[in-house]
Amino acid sequence: MLPALLVLALIAVVLAAPVVLRAARVRRAAGRARVTRPGEDLAALDYDPGRERRAEQRARQLLRSCVNEEEWEMYRDLGFIRVAGSGQQRRGAAARRRAADRAAAPPDPADIPPYAYLLYPHKPVVAFVPADGRLLSEYCVEFPDLTGVGRSRLPASDDVLAKWMALTSDESRVIGQANMHLVGRQLDPARVRRDLWRLAEWERRRAGSQEARRA
Amino acid sequence: MKPGYGEVLISEGDPRVREDEERLIAEFRRQLDEGMWAAVPTSTPGSGRRQALMVHDYSDVPPEAERVIFFPRAAGG
Repeated sequence: MLPALLVLALIAVVLAAPVVLRAARVRRAAGRARVTRPGEDLAALDYDPGRERRAEQRARQLLRSCVNEEEWEMYRDLGFIRVAGSGQQRRGAAARRRAADRAAAPPDPADIPPYAYLLYPHKPVVAFVPADGRLLSEYCVEFPDLTGVGRSRLPASDDVLAKWMALTSDESRVIGQANMHLVGRQLDPARVRRDLWRLAEWERRRAGSQEARRA
Repeated sequence: MKPGYGEVLISEGDPRVREDEERLIAEFRRQLDEGMWAAVPTSTPGSGRRQALMVHDYSDVPPEAERVIFFPRAAGG
């Protein structure tokens, strides 16, 4: 009887060994991850949805106070902002005067910038040609907080504002810092084209309602 | 701008008052030393166009500026 029980116990140990070893390996790997990435654990413990929501509300207010009315409404309605490339600024003074003089008139081709950017929160900046909607490239850029531990991502609207400030003030610097790829690495080109179509529709409706208000 | 908090007021004062200005300069330098970028939102009269002006030194801040926004510097994503 005893030898039979011993044999059964031995078989049970042999069968259970792989399961026990696998569990031990998983636990050891988790322990290593805890040791090597303490900031992530702190971030997870530090995460407060209420605080994040309040931060995003403050960020939206700040964004609204910095960009112009059109850009704010674009972000509010569409979730992104379009910024003209600096080619517009170089030849800009005369074009801006013309634009101010005839704000209600249809856009003159001379006022259309040679290229522009779409700024999405926490996604790459997309460069495109406004005249024909051709997608040029995507610039992967982020604004990580290097000063403290814990969360390192800005609220969504702050991320857009950081991109907006960096591009409108020092375009070559921020583009120089970014990793450039063809469109499609992180963003779906079909989705970007759909966003450009949404933007065109939005501008058409907005121009129509502004004209109606004036009449 | 601070992750998890959004806009945080760092310091405020009247730059025409010497003590205030010294405090603002010290805070400006501290933020830049921590690796932040500083920008001042500006607008072009008449066109409605707005943009930002990157400032690298306190003396670059336009006298009429109401605020300077510090944000983490850009890095390749």
